[in-house]
Amino acid sequence: MGMTMVEKILVRATGQAEVKAGDVLEPKVDLAMSHENGALVINQFNDIYKGTGLEARVWDPSRIAIIFDHRVPAESSKTATNQKKIRDFVAKQGISKFHDIRGDGGGICHQILPEYGYVRPGHVVVGTDSHTTSHGALGAFSFGIGATEMAAVWALGKMLNVEVPKTIKVICEGKFKRHVAPKDLILHLVGKLTAEGANFKVIEFHGPVIESMPTSGRLVICNMTVEAGATSGIVPPDAETVRYLKEEAGVEEVPELFGPDPDAVYEQEITINVSKLQPQIACPHTVDNVKPIKQVLGVKINQVVIGSCTNGRLDDLAIAAKILKGKKVAKGTRMLIFPASTRIYRQALKKGYLATFMEAGAVVMNSGCGPCLGIHQGALADGDVALATTNRNFKGRMGNPNAEVYLCSPAVAAASAVTGVITDPRKKGE
Amino acid sequence: MAKVVYKVGDDVSTDIIYPGRFMATVLPSETPQYAFADSPEFNARIKSGEFPPQSIIVAGKNFGCGSSREQAASCLKGPDFVVVARNFSRIFMQNAINLGLKMVICPTIETNEGDELEITADQVVNKNSGKIFPVIPMPKARQAIIDAGGLIPFARQLVVEAQGKG
Repeated sequence: MGMTMVEKILVRATGQAEVKAGDVLEPKVDLAMSHENGALVINQFNDIYKGTGLEARVWDPSRIAIIFDHRVPAESSKTATNQKKIRDFVAKQGISKFHDIRGDGGGICHQILPEYGYVRPGHVVVGTDSHTTSHGALGAFSFGIGATEMAAVWALGKMLNVEVPKTIKVICEGKFKRHVAPKDLILHLVGKLTAEGANFKVIEFHGPVIESMPTSGRLVICNMTVEAGATSGIVPPDAETVRYLKEEAGVEEVPELFGPDPDAVYEQEITINVSKLQPQIACPHTVDNVKPIKQVLGVKINQVVIGSCTNGRLDDLAIAAKILKGKKVAKGTRMLIFPASTRIYRQALKKGYLATFMEAGAVVMNSGCGPCLGIHQGALADGDVALATTNRNFKGRMGNPNAEVYLCSPAVAAASAVTGVITDPRKKGE
Repeated sequence: MAKVVYKVGDDVSTDIIYPGRFMATVLPSETPQYAFADSPEFNARIKSGEFPPQSIIVAGKNFGCGSSREQAASCLKGPDFVVVARNFSRIFMQNAINLGLKMVICPTIETNEGDELEITADQVVNKNSGKIFPVIPMPKARQAIIDAGGLIPFARQLVVEAQGKG
């Protein structure tokens, strides 16, 4: 019987001849990622060894990545102390893939992992962050887990009792119209599937739209598969994956690529024609409350946010800079921009995007997660409305349960910043 | 038998259960003070200690969607709640199993706050309405972890066994 991408990856990770949905396995983990919640993982990890008389050592320090991104630089003494605890642990255990708070090597974990070539096609990647789904963009089986689960991975090097998920095949046909982007595709899909439509399932992407999409776009769509509840999103690796790994991530040897079998068994197949797609907006307070932009044009916004692990990459900043060049952010609207990594920050600096943003009146912030989940800068006031290129709009998400968050693409965010209301970028003459 | 002390709807996210701004607090012993922090009345009642152990929270579908933050499970484990939902989001469910928080998957549950429920392995009986609702068992793959009382004791045993072999 044919196997899906994830089933084939699990064959490699377990040494079994065949894997099918519903099997219960203990796959080896190639990469285990945490951020500041590593402080809790350390606590649970030490707890596993309590009373055993054994020394608490991680199974393989070269396969653990820890990236500070949620609250950088620390917003409180409590966070600073957690970060210090992690730094001490990293040094003691010899963990090499550690990204501290630095302008020459920091950033959001879901940008750092691909950027530094830590993820390879065929890998099993787990992370204590729900958007770990992102790394399916490189052909890995990559999914979010909790801190205690991670503690067990650190101790044993494998995931315990994993039930092989069923896979939904999504075929994307047609061609994006101007100012319609991967973000619009994934918002549309989440709206169609609903917030629980892919719960306990994998979404495997196919079709000419995906084949011609750069890795940066694949990261956007895989990132937000979790908003439909998916365990993971995945794109079969191809020539673009190899190009990205060699040219952008400095990887010299790319492992042999494989795709799903032609007779793989899927739980369902969905075809989307992107030629008909217009910009999509996720409306308060759930990510699956998605509407075409024409239904929400003119909604007044107090804060525009461009950034995050979803849409803070160089091509996102490029489109925003193109739209904002020579324009001004509307009076009464604040605009915050936070690049996904410090490498992207430095690239955007060299290309002049950051100057364009600041001259338009936007505030350029350092790389991190903070504003997306309301934990570090950019909090909303009671009654505020935000328009963001981030990934979630749950009540309270940006730090205030009495505010509203709409989600959109970078082009929509930039065009709307200029007018102060939700605006279709296709109507702007640039 | 225990009482339904709180009822919520569908797609309750971890941002509702444990708002992101309290994520710097990580220890299970400290998280319950922020459980449902943006629902001030319920949060105040949790902190007052008025709910006896095994008090029931009833939810719709996809409870715990969103972030993987384990605080969303540990903050409910502290006061020893039982969560009865139509279904659970994957990461929340695994976190809850790992921490030993009791969950019941009951796709047709109908209750009101204040109702008394009798929960067994295969059904929930609403003592107020007299109605009976079937329960879906937890995934077989995770039963060994549930039986061990959570992932920490389960993993501890494996670590000791691996050492013995090594």
